[in-house]
Amino acid sequence: MTNEQEYAASFAEIHPPLGRREALAEANRCLYCFDAPCSNACPTHIDVPGFIKKIASENLGGSAMTILNANILGLSCARVCPVEVLCEAACVMHRYNRQPIEIGRLQRHAMDHFYGTGRGLPAPAADKPGRVACIGAGPASLACAAALRQGGVQVTIFDSRPLAGGLTTYGVADYKLRPSDSQQEVELVRSLGVEFRLSVEIGGELRLKEMEEQFDIVFLGVGMGRAHPLAIPGETLPGVIDALRFIADYKMHRGAPVGRRVVVVGGGNTAIDAATAALRLGAEEVHVLYRRSETEMPAFQFEYELAKQEGVRFHWLTQPVAVHGSAAVESVECVRMELGSPDRKGRRQPQQIPGTNFELACDMVIPSIGQSRLLDFLSQFRDVRLSGGCVAADPETGQTSNPRYFAGGDCVNGGREVVDAAAEGKRAAAGIARRLEAMHG
Amino acid sequence: MADLTTRFAGIDSPNPFWVASGPPSNCGDQVKRAFDAGWGGAVWKTIGEPIVNVSSRYSSVDWNGVRMMGLNNIELITDRPIATNLREIAEVKKRYPKHAVIASLMVESRREAWHQIVRSTEDTGADGLELNFGCPHGMSERGMGSAVGQVPEYAKLITEWVKEVARTPVLVKLTPNVADIRAVARAAKAGGADGLSAINTLNSITGVDLDTFTPRPDVGGKSSHGGYCGPAVKPIALHMVQQLAGDAGCGLPVSGIGGISGWREAAEFLLLGCHSLQVCTAVMHYGYRIVEDMIEGLSNWMDEKGFRTLDDFRGLSLPRVTEWQHLDLNYKIVARIHPELCIGCGLCYIACWDGAHQCIHIEGAGTPEQLLAESRARLTQTPAVAAVDTSQTPARRIPKVDQQECVGCNLCWLVCPVESCITMDRVDTGVAAQSWAQRGA
Repeated sequence: MTNEQEYAASFAEIHPPLGRREALAEANRCLYCFDAPCSNACPTHIDVPGFIKKIASENLGGSAMTILNANILGLSCARVCPVEVLCEAACVMHRYNRQPIEIGRLQRHAMDHFYGTGRGLPAPAADKPGRVACIGAGPASLACAAALRQGGVQVTIFDSRPLAGGLTTYGVADYKLRPSDSQQEVELVRSLGVEFRLSVEIGGELRLKEMEEQFDIVFLGVGMGRAHPLAIPGETLPGVIDALRFIADYKMHRGAPVGRRVVVVGGGNTAIDAATAALRLGAEEVHVLYRRSETEMPAFQFEYELAKQEGVRFHWLTQPVAVHGSAAVESVECVRMELGSPDRKGRRQPQQIPGTNFELACDMVIPSIGQSRLLDFLSQFRDVRLSGGCVAADPETGQTSNPRYFAGGDCVNGGREVVDAAAEGKRAAAGIARRLEAMHG
Repeated sequence: MADLTTRFAGIDSPNPFWVASGPPSNCGDQVKRAFDAGWGGAVWKTIGEPIVNVSSRYSSVDWNGVRMMGLNNIELITDRPIATNLREIAEVKKRYPKHAVIASLMVESRREAWHQIVRSTEDTGADGLELNFGCPHGMSERGMGSAVGQVPEYAKLITEWVKEVARTPVLVKLTPNVADIRAVARAAKAGGADGLSAINTLNSITGVDLDTFTPRPDVGGKSSHGGYCGPAVKPIALHMVQQLAGDAGCGLPVSGIGGISGWREAAEFLLLGCHSLQVCTAVMHYGYRIVEDMIEGLSNWMDEKGFRTLDDFRGLSLPRVTEWQHLDLNYKIVARIHPELCIGCGLCYIACWDGAHQCIHIEGAGTPEQLLAESRARLTQTPAVAAVDTSQTPARRIPKVDQQECVGCNLCWLVCPVESCITMDRVDTGVAAQSWAQRGA
């Protein structure tokens, strides 16, 4: 699909913006709870009733600042946060036989106003001694850099990709957040005076030793590594593309080639994003294979519901064992699974049932079974201890075992939401600021 | 079904609901439609020498997303010729002989002018006259309306002039824009009035346009104070009708006006001694159709309470209004929060801390500020899988009342959004009743 109009229609926002009157009515429904559960459920602790009250009073500028003061990624989070399990799940309205307040859409309303006016943020504090490098330009680094810069610290963000924003730019379904949206946020951070050095390979062009000489502190917001391979025969055939690459491709080009019958492997939120995108791009059938059952699926319920409504077919207790095809993908050979005894985490381990192999004809396979850890990359950082493949960092300050290194986001938490990365980046900024204070007095 | 027939100052109507003098009773076609909808009577929009109106004429106060909590108007009396109004009154009266048709009158303060208008009006067959001594805007600048109603001597004099020739009952409509409404009521009684209508509108400026800086309503860049009415004025009206109904020196029946928009308010005015009820703003907001619920609701409530006629409960609440000095100082109630109904909004807690007596507590928290700080310091993450229980209020969010300290002020009960979640329970102090008056004696 190359037609821009078709693309725009297919990827129209699933949560369209609220009109002024709608927003006012919704804002007025908010009870203005004290010590509000919604705020407490937000990893960045946005003062939700506070910003909603300001929407109700039509103080939209103030509302936006309430959001951005807690979470510089207020725009992205308004669109991509799983509000159904966060703020909106905590809303007291559930126990009042009412619909929870549409916090995500109200936040979007305030953010749209803020970016619409182009007024920007107040100038940062006067420059302070100390320089910080943020490696990776995703949500964790953006949040960390913005908070530091607002406090007067010089910050440079490095990323190997040409656009900043990390997964908010490359990895979120386009019907939730577009690259043009995430770039507004990047520009906001840039407007504070944060320097961006993009398309730079860390460790290669910029050696770590140099970096340590140039910067007092290094923040690691490097995210996760490559997509896990399926590790089955045939996965190098043309037509096999991992979910993150598939999503990044169609987002960057506003369209991408897609098969007629597509098989997505995996049961997470990214698998759902890939499956619904494949349908939107013109696939006739999209099948999701998951090796456990419906109840174990890690995707959020609302994401699963969306996919079902759109016609994605789910195959439970099904695992691919080979991809077949002569020149390109022609089918996936699957095997039925059953759930065995629970593992250490209490999840029942799926086991193949011998003799239940079957073939599913398809011309595209999208593995989405998680990302690997950046072990090799991370092990370059001197004295930065890893734990379970992730960077071990103090959850309160983000400090690692090397006091000059701080970290946050997926590389620490193993892959959570944008808002978690934003929270960790913000906390790390506070930790770094204290550290710089101690270093420079 | 209860009997709603009404006799007020010698005027009969099938029910106590009258359309008040104002835009909804401007012409014959309107009044006919009102009667067809179920209204028991109508006070014709004030007749006098035709005036010229301005545009715009109304402005309102919206509150929390609800429109027209209070309405303000700067419209004057009828702008139609006296003869036209009188002809239509005659027509209406002929077609609806059982309905009450009252003519509201306002002419210049000359004896002959009043004699003339009274005679020609009564020739129409109208059931009574209402002297408009109340309108606070426009006409008052010409020595009419509230300019009369604010000076007991003028009110008495004009009432006397009217009574010199009137054959039908004469009602005096009072302005609330006075220090003590009883003074003018007594003057009206001395002048021979048969009944009172109260209240007319309150002097008001509803707001200022924050872009043009012109108060509302805007008449070419200027505004003028208007008359305020609608739901917002009900408490003021109730107080004033109670003063009138409870005043032996006045002793005239009262037609209650001011913020009546449903049967509940109607019952309240009747319980405070009113004989009929007049409605304007609610009709302007929703149309004549609202009377159906007023009649039905009042009637159902009467059936439920065992009242057959309006006389059965008229003024029932009057003996329960007393001076503060006679209230029992030893009567004690305390707040009780019913945890099974609590949704955990914290509104009672913060209201008690900031607006009352600091006797509602959240377990483990000191001040509200400490509670907030602790919440903000708590690290929160997005739950990995949607396993959020929205049905239960966490126990620590349910506030507790220190009943020893509780003064029984009602504030928590008033702010609680959930019906019956907070009750104010009687505490037997074991001390005999004693009022301030008794204590001082």
